[in-house]
Amino acid sequence: MGILQEFLQQMVNGLALGSIYALIALGYTMVYGIVQLINFAHGDILMLGAFAGFFVLIAAPVTPLTFIVAFLVAMLVCALIGIIIERTCYKPLRSAPRINALITAIGVSMFLENGARVVPQIGPNPRQYPTLPNVNYDFGGVGVSRIQAIVFLVSISLMVVLNYMVNHTKIGKAMRAVSHDRNAGSLMGINVNRVISFTFAVGSSLAAAAGILFASAYPQVEPYMGIMPGLKAFVAAVLGGIGSIPGAMIGGFIMGIAETLTKGFISSQLADAIAFGILIIILVVKPSGILGRNVSEKV
Amino acid sequence: MLKVTNLNVFYGRIHALRDCSFEVNEGEIVTLIGANGAGKTTTLHCLSGLIPSQSGEIELFGQSLRGVPPNRIVELGMAQTPEGRRIFANLTVKENLEMGAYTRKDKQGIKNDLEQVFTHFPRLKERVNQIAGTLSGGEQQMLAIGRTLMSRPKLMLMDEPSMGLAPLLVKEIFSIIQDINRAGTTILLVEQNAHMALSIADRAYVLETGKIALQGDAKELAASEAVRKAYLGG
Repeated sequence: MGILQEFLQQMVNGLALGSIYALIALGYTMVYGIVQLINFAHGDILMLGAFAGFFVLIAAPVTPLTFIVAFLVAMLVCALIGIIIERTCYKPLRSAPRINALITAIGVSMFLENGARVVPQIGPNPRQYPTLPNVNYDFGGVGVSRIQAIVFLVSISLMVVLNYMVNHTKIGKAMRAVSHDRNAGSLMGINVNRVISFTFAVGSSLAAAAGILFASAYPQVEPYMGIMPGLKAFVAAVLGGIGSIPGAMIGGFIMGIAETLTKGFISSQLADAIAFGILIIILVVKPSGILGRNVSEKV
Repeated sequence: MLKVTNLNVFYGRIHALRDCSFEVNEGEIVTLIGANGAGKTTTLHCLSGLIPSQSGEIELFGQSLRGVPPNRIVELGMAQTPEGRRIFANLTVKENLEMGAYTRKDKQGIKNDLEQVFTHFPRLKERVNQIAGTLSGGEQQMLAIGRTLMSRPKLMLMDEPSMGLAPLLVKEIFSIIQDINRAGTTILLVEQNAHMALSIADRAYVLETGKIALQGDAKELAASEAVRKAYLGG
């Protein structure tokens, strides 16, 4: 296999992985945009989504139709979980110093991970993820697996839908308005609590979809599976500019491609080090990220 | 229309409003003037439900506003143009105006009111798809006022519409406020620019360190010795 083919192969792998990171990063960035909170439990929502899909997929024979049902169920379940977490854990702290909510988010994350371990239906041990039988398509020496194609297409479709919603629907405009100025939003008659709930629901359902995609691509599930993709997607959101939706998408793809290129050409053990190395470099060089605005603190 | 009785507001231990009572009747322009820190903005924030009051009563159309959330207050017909404009700088001019109409569902009515806003502010029409943050200060103030009008308020609260604007623009904004009032909207205007505010208002209240110190007919207050000394530069 030539170097060019190898490179293209890693690009394909990177785009598939990156589109998953992009989906997760969108949740971080939207929630941050609207309540200035890094929701560290976001990766664990991904895990819950993967399990919600898992229960659908083991209940019926794995066909494209059950896959679709699994997506819908997982997205719905996680949307509700996202709303409940925001209402019970974050909303009471909305006017408290930001560090309080951040620590709470870490607490919620631990609660979900370890809670999942003790639930008998989930348990601490990794389990095989039921997925569609794999097929490899060959494009002149560059292979694209069926699951990669699904990952890419589902992610891109969800991002297109999200983009339309944020830019062209009433609730999407309200989300942008509230993320810019919450009180001014209230004064316009926007029910700010509802907009915040909606944002958590959307972010969490994207994480759920990412969870099923991630679990299908690396076919296993376990309670800690959300931690690493969650952290890398967080880096992606910071890289793109936290609070920026297109930034999260770009950041996700860059992280995915950086990871697979590292694995392919440098060393697979270094892949994670590169991911967090990127975080350190952005924080030093351009903390506002690629598309982030340089916002000075309001007095 | 609006009746405020013995309103008390605290910020932590600071007693920001002390037993404030005032009322606004239908069709009027009422102004609330006073120095910086007198409690003018606090009063408006409290009226719009952004901050809670300790005691006292706010009645809008005879209905108590205690515990009513800000978005419901807009639906009831009282909307505010906040201090410092607070437009959504990341949205376009059109989207800002749409946000003003957030509580409404009558598509045709919204469309008509959009045209109405454009007749008040032709400059906004020219810039309808521009990102609002790129507008000049005067245009942003026009947008802020237009945005509030889009909720079709019966009572409009305006916080310092003259702030940071050149004198010529201040004149323009005040004449538009009069137009809006003539078109049937009641106005409660908060201003540091007492001279301008008194010149267009029917009645006025003077706030001093959280208390209503003086009240009465705007023309009489403008002529009174105490007000001239304190607020109109002699």
